[in-house]
Amino acid sequence: MSIESLYALLPLVILSAGVLVLMLQVAFWRNLNTTVTLTVITLVGAALGSVPAADFTPLQVTPLLLADRLALFFCALFCVAAAVTALLSLHFLAQREDEPEEYFLLLILSTLGACVLACSVHLASLLLGLELLSISLYALIAYPDKSLLPLEAATKYLVLSGAASATALFGFALLYAATGTLSFEELGQALSTTDSSRGTLLFASVMIVAGLGFKLSLVPFHLWTPDVYDGAPAPVTGYLASVSKAAVFLALLRWFVLSDLFRYEILIQCMGLIAIFSMLAGNLLALMETGLKRLLAYSSIAHMGYLVIIFMVAGSAENRNLATEAAAFYLVAYTATTLGAFALLAMFAGGDRKRENPELRDISGLMWRRPLVAILMLAAMLSLAGIPLTAGFIAKFYIISVAAIGHHWILLGTLVLGSGIGIYYYLRVVYYLIQRPHDNAGNIPIPQGRMLQLVSCALIAGILLLGTVPQPLMLYLRSIL
Amino acid sequence: MSLLLLITLLLLGGVLAWLAERISPKLPAPLAMATITLAALYLVFLAANPASDTMTGSSATTGDWWLYWRADWIPRFGISLEFGMDGVSFLLVALTLLLGLIAISASWSEIDFKPGLFQANILWTLAGVCGVFLALDLFLFFLFWEVMLIPMYLLIAVWGHEEKAYAAMKFFIFTQVSGLLMLLSIVILAVHTANVTGRWSFSYFDFLAAAPDGRIAMITMLGFFLAFTVKLPGFPFHTWLPDAHTQAPTAGSVLLAGILLKTGAYGLLRFAIPLFPEASMAFAPIAMSLGVAGIIYGAILAFAQTDFKRLVAYSSVSHMGFVLLGLYALNSLALQGAVMQMVAHGVSTAALFMLAGALQQRLHTRDMRQMGGLWHQAPRMGACAMFFALASLGLPGLGNFIAEFLVLAGLFAVQPWFAVLAALGLVTAAVYSLWMIQQAFQGKSEESRVMQDFGGREMMAMTAMVVALIWLGLYPQPILDLAAPAVAGLIQQLPDSLAAVSP
Repeated sequence: MSIESLYALLPLVILSAGVLVLMLQVAFWRNLNTTVTLTVITLVGAALGSVPAADFTPLQVTPLLLADRLALFFCALFCVAAAVTALLSLHFLAQREDEPEEYFLLLILSTLGACVLACSVHLASLLLGLELLSISLYALIAYPDKSLLPLEAATKYLVLSGAASATALFGFALLYAATGTLSFEELGQALSTTDSSRGTLLFASVMIVAGLGFKLSLVPFHLWTPDVYDGAPAPVTGYLASVSKAAVFLALLRWFVLSDLFRYEILIQCMGLIAIFSMLAGNLLALMETGLKRLLAYSSIAHMGYLVIIFMVAGSAENRNLATEAAAFYLVAYTATTLGAFALLAMFAGGDRKRENPELRDISGLMWRRPLVAILMLAAMLSLAGIPLTAGFIAKFYIISVAAIGHHWILLGTLVLGSGIGIYYYLRVVYYLIQRPHDNAGNIPIPQGRMLQLVSCALIAGILLLGTVPQPLMLYLRSIL
Repeated sequence: MSLLLLITLLLLGGVLAWLAERISPKLPAPLAMATITLAALYLVFLAANPASDTMTGSSATTGDWWLYWRADWIPRFGISLEFGMDGVSFLLVALTLLLGLIAISASWSEIDFKPGLFQANILWTLAGVCGVFLALDLFLFFLFWEVMLIPMYLLIAVWGHEEKAYAAMKFFIFTQVSGLLMLLSIVILAVHTANVTGRWSFSYFDFLAAAPDGRIAMITMLGFFLAFTVKLPGFPFHTWLPDAHTQAPTAGSVLLAGILLKTGAYGLLRFAIPLFPEASMAFAPIAMSLGVAGIIYGAILAFAQTDFKRLVAYSSVSHMGFVLLGLYALNSLALQGAVMQMVAHGVSTAALFMLAGALQQRLHTRDMRQMGGLWHQAPRMGACAMFFALASLGLPGLGNFIAEFLVLAGLFAVQPWFAVLAALGLVTAAVYSLWMIQQAFQGKSEESRVMQDFGGREMMAMTAMVVALIWLGLYPQPILDLAAPAVAGLIQQLPDSLAAVSP
């Protein structure tokens, strides 16, 4: 382990150091403001740390981690997203007044897990990152608000996610038994020579896909999603929906590419089916939903379905780079949009403890009462629906383009169908937002504050800039692949 | 640059109108009016000095374009800000701005909730529509196509009438889903072009040069056709239209009927037919039967309505059927007629919707059974209604007659039986238009009713449209000349050019 490897993994190092500092600070002097400041400094520092780290890439650090530019880029993204989450949590926690400092500790820890996932090139580090991420999340869901609903959500997530991890782990074991290695690349080489025990291998891959598919809430492993989204504190839900999914997707994609799992036709066909079912089920289930959090939960299922199309396209070697580029862009756009959508819910939750789960009618006429947050929600909804000038449109355009290049017409048809259904429920949110004010309009207090305004503006700008000037990001992603 | 400037002017005017609301609720309307007037003057200036904008494009195909400008936007996919204006675009942009003025004068005193945002949405819709008429990069075209929906959606959903939620949602979903299919077609074409030329591009000219054939052409053509026919609206896809038109505020109805429908026709004329000449020719009989079905079905339904606005909305379905027929007759006479119909119908329907809005504002109902004898109480309104009803039924001497006559004459050379059926539309139009006048304006009036007649502002808007229709009817040659190069270019694209019937 040379000094270069430490530099190359600078974001991870800063995050780990931040955890230690925070732990000491909490032990000696409990103060929410100091903790938040330290957290944001750590996260932003880690995000910035990926800039000098990029000079040392690509560098294999131990057999477990690979620091390349794609991984560092996503580390930075996860850190920024976590920083936004931290700021959004502030009001939520202040409302609870219950020694919430450890919350931020857990947030950084789970971000560390996400970053490890982004860098992992070994099944061991994949599991490590996954567990670091998930275990922190269990606590994050249950910890801040010790009422029944979050507790139920946390238990549900704990049990099901634990089972999913175990399934994936069993898959890893089977793979190790068949090939004798856990490193992605060596696995690929070993797999190309061992053909006899194909059944075991396939079984193993399916188990791993099932385990990770659970974390991505793909159909048919999606049943936990609405309940957990509903129960978790709103800022945590936003984090869970964006960062944790993006990290797992990235790790899964990297594993498929490095081990060349695309050679297993059946596996890829399975992914295609999963994509189709996720797109349809997510959009259809969201149609009748009136709770905003559950609605976004179903929407996230659909969006993961769109993303999984990437696996089908990446099946052919010549389109693989383009497909990865599309996936990376989609993840960035999706992270920004999801954070934007949950920001409003986080503010609701920060305003009134009774209103943990806002319904559609609670946001009625918000546009005329609080234009800034309403515009944020509007931008997020239009972006999720894939309307031009927003990040979501360019992302969807990417997916449509790569799928058209790969001639996946059935998937494209489903995508169009799913997006068409999706417009209805996204638009319903918009309709409630702009409803004319009347007497029985929802009247939830939303905390005001410079910080929240700043975060809202930044998120709106992010969503719109990605949609109007996507060229720099496209070029950057292309240059690092 | 200048065309982009035109669109930016409208966008900025919208922002300004929105902000002006804080100073005084009376300010946004004049501000919006001034913006559109400024844009119109700028457009005339541009049309008069086409050389003021140099052709920066490398494309040699810019022959008929008065103005052409392009700049890179997303070079990663060969997407550029590519704008061009020829005779047809100019005509439609001019119509857009004219009807923009009408829409604002129609809603001058109607809006009391957030008037600034209302005017801003009108201006943004206009900007989007101008973008649709001017964009030559298909990605950009699609962007404007979708983005113009959002301000329109807001106009219906915030300022609409009682069933606004349903109408706005239906309007958006219909156009959006068909738009997605068009996006798919555009992407397929781009991938095809990239395979042929080796680089990404969404430019209209590159698509023309690398036009696909066979099955791909047919499938992608259908994607475009569907999107454009939903907007037009063509016969089985028209169901969003009566709801949206009826529920929209007056200005929204004027814009919807006057110009948004024309974007569909323009799309067919500019993209669907030239990009896929063979597929379009093969598809023409189906398209024409949809047109005929629309003409007759729309007319029958119009006759069955009791709601003034709904009646006018269904009459639009009927009249736009002529556009579809004219476009797919694929000869220059009928194409000229289609362009003419776009303009004439835009003006006459806008006027009728403005009347309907004025009636609703005064009587608080659109139900014609509760009207009757209005002529007596508001003679100026009655006279205007009579004039535009006559225009709409195709009275010789007014614009709509020229348009429908040209379409029928051109169509007769190709498909005589379709022409015979379509001519029925002229008869039925007379029935429902006159019936509408009789129900609302003639008969016994309710004595207790006090109604305000049109004032100076409204009469000015009406006069402008009356003059326009008479001019179109008596001296249509300038319009035909404007459209001629585009039509001739399109005819040239067609394989073994049909026995061309020249105007």
